[in-house]
Amino acid sequence: MSRRLLVSSFAHENDLLAATQAAREHGYTILDAYTPFAVHGLDKAMGMRSTRLAWATLILGISGAVAKLWFQIWTSATSWPVNVGGKPLKSVPAFVPVTFEVMVLFAGVGTVLLFLAMRKLWPGKKPAFIYDGATNDRFILVLIQDNASFVVEEVRSLFERFHLVDLEERIERV
Amino acid sequence: MGEVFSVLRQPLVLGNKTYADITDDVCGPLEKGASLSWWIAFIVSVGVLILGALSVAYQVMTGVGVWGLNNTVGWAFDITNFVFWIGIGHAGTLISAILFLFRQRWRTSVNRSAEAMTIFAVICAGIFPILHTGRPWFAYWLLPYPNFRGPLWVNFRSPLVWDMFAISCYLTISALFWYVGMIPDLATIRDRTKSALRKKLFGFFSFGWDGSNRTWQRYEKLYLLLAGLATPLVVSVHTIVSWDFATSVIPGWHTTILPPYFVAGAVFSGFAMVLTLMLIVRKVMNLEEYITLHHIEQMCKVIIATGGMVGLAYMTELFVAYYSGNEYERFAFINRALGPYGWTYWVMVGCNIMVPQLFWWKKIRRNPGIVFALSILINVGMWFERFVIIMTSLTRDYLPASWAGFTPTIIDLTTLLGSFGLFFTLFLLFARFLPMIAIGEVKGVVRYGKGRSELKPLEPRKEGALEQTLVG
Repeated sequence: MSRRLLVSSFAHENDLLAATQAAREHGYTILDAYTPFAVHGLDKAMGMRSTRLAWATLILGISGAVAKLWFQIWTSATSWPVNVGGKPLKSVPAFVPVTFEVMVLFAGVGTVLLFLAMRKLWPGKKPAFIYDGATNDRFILVLIQDNASFVVEEVRSLFERFHLVDLEERIERV
Repeated sequence: MGEVFSVLRQPLVLGNKTYADITDDVCGPLEKGASLSWWIAFIVSVGVLILGALSVAYQVMTGVGVWGLNNTVGWAFDITNFVFWIGIGHAGTLISAILFLFRQRWRTSVNRSAEAMTIFAVICAGIFPILHTGRPWFAYWLLPYPNFRGPLWVNFRSPLVWDMFAISCYLTISALFWYVGMIPDLATIRDRTKSALRKKLFGFFSFGWDGSNRTWQRYEKLYLLLAGLATPLVVSVHTIVSWDFATSVIPGWHTTILPPYFVAGAVFSGFAMVLTLMLIVRKVMNLEEYITLHHIEQMCKVIIATGGMVGLAYMTELFVAYYSGNEYERFAFINRALGPYGWTYWVMVGCNIMVPQLFWWKKIRRNPGIVFALSILINVGMWFERFVIIMTSLTRDYLPASWAGFTPTIIDLTTLLGSFGLFFTLFLLFARFLPMIAIGEVKGVVRYGKGRSELKPLEPRKEGALEQTLVG
């Protein structure tokens, strides 16, 4: 199975933003955009949902904190209770600092790992999309030619209003 | 919107840079051979590092007796250096996380190197408590791991255990923050380099980054989340460091002001170190258009503010010592200012309260040479602050019969020097092989504060195009 892609490149982020918006209004299917830096507003122009990553962080942080608090109480009061200066075995206020640190650690490390897993990024991975300048000074928009009525020349004349730099067709194996 | 036009704001990047210019300016030096000044600095740093490593080796083989410690003064240079280096690290997190949350866009030119500074400073800091344990090969006993002695767990009520958790968590999160922030730039280098080896290495470490906007969207959120996590973390770390002192009953240490006082001092000293490094870097690496006088000025202003907080803390301490009516507390502070180590107190006051006042003058803030000299003085002053806190309280506590003095041995001094060697060696390697400026972030602010006419001319826009750019 393969699909035909239309890769258009722009030299300015605002041109990409406007072109993306126009492409969506014309009903083209946007595969993705590739930019050298995060272009604000592009996710809205592409019609993306906002990410739920923050919820994952919250859950990770809470689980880290609960796990560590439990662990401190268990080691201090159950596994080997040691009387330290007559303090209660379950001296929860003294357990707060480490609980906090481990909460941050779980939330931080967990969120990064989750991000890498969800976006399928790992050390040594080959980039899935290669375009000269996509990490330098080119702003790329990739459309899928998903039906028979897709006419490349129409897209070209639409995008030329936004200072289209280059347009190429690619066939991608899926 | 991706760009900001303003005639009121100062531009963050000087010169009419295009996106490709920024990539070239940051990546270019990495692809050429190192300059002579880099080699000189590197050889000196490695030399000092070797001196430090030999001192540490001698200390580990012989015991902590080679330091100037005695029964009364059980903490001296080691803990002073530890607190000093941790404090240095805090400015990096402040720039990368707190200023990010406050939308201070000028941070983009300095955040990468400030974060690197954080990591290297925390590494330097971590060495000292490990050596201080006396038997560093058992340092892992600080970790609560299942062992064959019971298992006997660590005492989670001890500030020293809190400290171990705080520092290792801080190092991990700072390193993650730094690395995640660098992934897009590593991909930029991967895509432009000619060398096969570099392509391979950067290809491996850039995680297959391709600039996809679906990834960017999550990435931006991830960055925000990490900034949100690092902000309370950085406050907690120096708070916990201060608890090493505050939870004891030594006069001069046993006060509630210590946590905010330590955090403010940490940021203060860290900014001085950022300035020291940045002023060298912008000159040596030709980054004056990225790290501009405007940046220097902003950092000087942070120093005035945090220096003010530190000064307030010094005076509050004196007042509370007097007002508490506690004889030991009162003595501790009279001894601090007028005792045998009184000169260190006045070095501290001079460098930390007097020197930053010079930054009220704009002429001084915009003179890199003077700012550099003053930043060094503040670094010195902040090292002395920790020395004063530790030394004056320990040498003379409740029982005059146990009073003692402290004189650093040559090993104390070479170990301190060696930590600077380690710090600068790591920083120079970073400057040589990794992008010092966050390329992706700077591209996002390059148009900041510039009127349209100042920009490199874009092709004329056709009718209707302008309205369409108003998205979102």
